[in-house]
Amino acid sequence: MSVADFQPVIGLEVHGQLLTRSKIFCGCSTEFGAPPNANTCAVCLGMPGVLPVLNEKVVELAVRAGRALECRINPVSIWARKNYFYPDLPKGYQISQYDLPLCQHGALEIDTDDGPRRIRILRIHLEEDAGKNVHDAGGGESLVDLNRSGVPLVEIVSEPDLRTSAEAVEYLKGLRDVLVYLGVNDGNLEEGSFRCDANVSVMRKGSTTYGQRVELKNINSFRFVQKAIDYEIGRQVELIESGGKVAQETRLFDAARGETRSMRSKEEAHDYRYFPEPDLPPLRIPPGYVERIERELPELPRAKLHRFIASYGLSAYDAKILVGDRALADLFEKVQAAYGGPSKKLANWFTGELLRLLKEESADLGALRFSAEQFAALLKLVDGGELSNNAAKDVFAEMFRSGRAPGDIAREKGLVQVQDTGAVEAAVDAVLAANPDEVEKYRAGKKQVFGFLVGQVMKAMKGKGNPALVNAALRAKLGD
Amino acid sequence: MEPTELSMLELGRKLAAGELSSAEVVRACLARVDRLDGRVKAFLRVDREGALAQADAADRRCKDGKRAGLLDGVPVGLKDLFLTEGLPTTAGSRILESFIAPFDATVVKLLRAAGTPILGKLNMDEFAMGSSTENSAYFPTRNPWNLETSPGGSSGGSAAAVSARMVFGALGTDTGGSIRQPAALTGTVGLKPTYGRVSRFGVVAFASSLDQVGPMTRDVPDCAALLQAIAVHDPQDSTSAPVKAPDYLAELETGVRGMKLGLPREYFDLPGMDPEVRSAVEAATRELEKLGAELVPVSLPHTKYALATYYLVAPAEASSNLARYDGVRYGLRVPEKNLLAMYGRTRDKGFGLEVKRRIMLGTYALSAGYYDAYYLKAQKVRTLIKQDFVEAFRTVDAVLSPTSPTPAFRIGEKVSDPLAMYLNDVFTLPCNLAGLPGLSLPCGFTRAGLPIGLQILGRPWDEARVLRIGRTFEREHDFHRRTPPLGAS
Repeated sequence: MSVADFQPVIGLEVHGQLLTRSKIFCGCSTEFGAPPNANTCAVCLGMPGVLPVLNEKVVELAVRAGRALECRINPVSIWARKNYFYPDLPKGYQISQYDLPLCQHGALEIDTDDGPRRIRILRIHLEEDAGKNVHDAGGGESLVDLNRSGVPLVEIVSEPDLRTSAEAVEYLKGLRDVLVYLGVNDGNLEEGSFRCDANVSVMRKGSTTYGQRVELKNINSFRFVQKAIDYEIGRQVELIESGGKVAQETRLFDAARGETRSMRSKEEAHDYRYFPEPDLPPLRIPPGYVERIERELPELPRAKLHRFIASYGLSAYDAKILVGDRALADLFEKVQAAYGGPSKKLANWFTGELLRLLKEESADLGALRFSAEQFAALLKLVDGGELSNNAAKDVFAEMFRSGRAPGDIAREKGLVQVQDTGAVEAAVDAVLAANPDEVEKYRAGKKQVFGFLVGQVMKAMKGKGNPALVNAALRAKLGD
Repeated sequence: MEPTELSMLELGRKLAAGELSSAEVVRACLARVDRLDGRVKAFLRVDREGALAQADAADRRCKDGKRAGLLDGVPVGLKDLFLTEGLPTTAGSRILESFIAPFDATVVKLLRAAGTPILGKLNMDEFAMGSSTENSAYFPTRNPWNLETSPGGSSGGSAAAVSARMVFGALGTDTGGSIRQPAALTGTVGLKPTYGRVSRFGVVAFASSLDQVGPMTRDVPDCAALLQAIAVHDPQDSTSAPVKAPDYLAELETGVRGMKLGLPREYFDLPGMDPEVRSAVEAATRELEKLGAELVPVSLPHTKYALATYYLVAPAEASSNLARYDGVRYGLRVPEKNLLAMYGRTRDKGFGLEVKRRIMLGTYALSAGYYDAYYLKAQKVRTLIKQDFVEAFRTVDAVLSPTSPTPAFRIGEKVSDPLAMYLNDVFTLPCNLAGLPGLSLPCGFTRAGLPIGLQILGRPWDEARVLRIGRTFEREHDFHRRTPPLGAS
């Protein structure tokens, strides 16, 4: 027996910060990186007598995510209090949703080794974030920063439909792409605005009953998701094979050691004493609200990917790179519309030069200096033979930095190829006249000499001869 | 006549006419506090300078012809769970002994806008949990009608201060009777408005779905006027109804002719009801009949479950609402080596016995495995209690009952028997569970000279009618004019 005899069953719980300017129940800023406790008020500090007032933008963003993930939006959902004591939780309870969440019964399609599969989404609910405790402040004291207290979150809970750690990563990336596309979340795992817990169990292949599940916490990168789940699968299989039993518990992923360790057992599990939040009436979605948001939904990443492959004839590889960033995909479509040439050629410029320069210059796609029309003009210069591919790369780099027109740059740098057939023919005549021996050899059948003659013409034209024109003129004069 | 004998509206008229100044009235009140409060012990804190400064400002407005309204310059007091910027707010608890709020509660802002000088903060049962003000962490308040007895609670300090003429009116809160029962026991008028009528923002919470702020005054017109000042929709309280308040004084004097008043069998047949209370309340109902109302027997069959329901719902919410008093950000902290010990010691030292009892009751009722049997079941019964009233209000305009089954009881008499204490609220609890408006006003005195209260319950948002019924009875008597026998000193 080995891991291969077992079927892992995985479900993910994802917390995503909603991109609002203010917090979910008060007017404080959600800006990241402010000095500790700068973004707080009586409400998010949990002063006596304060009451929550719902930020409407939060609902809009959550409904957007819910519909993009094919969820049913409940016309009435209920706020609940999740009660526990912790210094970063000012009221001693978190306002969340429990029995009746805002969104239910959705799905996200992912690619797996066996083809595309729909991963069902059980629910999406709204809640407020807690603050954070700072333990290394010195003086043996712990400090509390409540800037995050009351920051709006969605919790997206999948059904246990994932079967491998790779599928889990695929689902998580797909989910992140959707949320980022919608402008609902910034997808940043490192800053904690997109967080993931995993529920993992294993069962013998062929079995129909799930094994005991274990909750994994503190997984803050895609790589760690894979590592943590794989480690946990191995641990559970080993445990079962050695005659042990998997215990119901919460385990913490230790990134430094690449392993999970027990955080709390079932006996130590919190009893959160959920009950309906009496300070907030039920959340009611007015008629027509969901439909309005649906109309405003952008094309989602998977639909765009399929369209890029189908209508531009791109490879799946190129299409994935382009669609991976909504702004990149949008720019591609704009340039392609202005260009009208072969999409594959444009895609190469995007995946090659553009991404390289963006990375090298740590530049932002939103702040490009050149326009889509200029980009298209550059490609047309190449297609029209006025710029060599290499020269075009130089022009593009300059365009990227200065935003000046590609034609101007090319002329200024003297990179424009000579298109005048008269000038090309004159150069060819001069070269042929200066190299009678070589011409003789060529006519005697030594065809390799052609390359040498081309080189001489190009040299005479200081590299600006259009290679196609030079070739044609040489052949004609040599009598081919 | 002493200025402190006047009602709020009478004083307001004299201030407007320039016959009195707010400053001299505030000084008269302070003199009365100095003379009497050593015995009554209604105040937790007197804000002399603040009140005098506010009185001076009121007098200036008056002089400039810019009075803010009927109550401008009329001194009031606040139960000590309304947050007041810069002035301590303790909620009657040690855990908030050092707490000074950074802002005013919405109702405090509204009072400041109405121009009422705030004389100080009044004693209460800790976190409004109790019916005698004996659960104050500081000292019990005494009933001005008999200093050996309790003024009721939890707004006992407010009731006693109004009754003893130390303030002209006060604000209290009512979660299960905490305005009406002390009003009944001290011969004053108290109204619990419809749930959602008055903002709870900045009011230390006990049980969020039951708590409501209300006026406590000497007579019904004052009660209407003080309600008018605070019955304003507040966007900072999501449970505050966006319903505009009517003019509560407009139809106050128009009588009860043609009204149908319900007499719920269940509220008069209670074993343990004081016979003097019963006969006084019955006499009051007959009198309203003589004044033109029709008395109609009604049934509120689920009333018998109100006490049990209340003692599941209210402690459950309280257990959560009081979790924030953890020693981390404000209030008392008992330093300890680790977090759990700090939490435990802080809350052990900071909370009194009754508060701890209710936190434990509520935590238990919400626990996994018990939630359905207790909290959820209680919510279902709550719905039935509400439906009882909906049914009754199909045929009657209001419901009459005693406010409390007994007159004021002796201090110490019930403090060791929580169940006996809880039974004191049996007539007032259903009103909170159903979210209705309820008024208590004096309807007589026992032979021993203790006040008796009549309770009038109305339809949601029908405070105006409840007040009108109360006023119709009140003006036939001088009960509200009688003053407690406190002597010179």
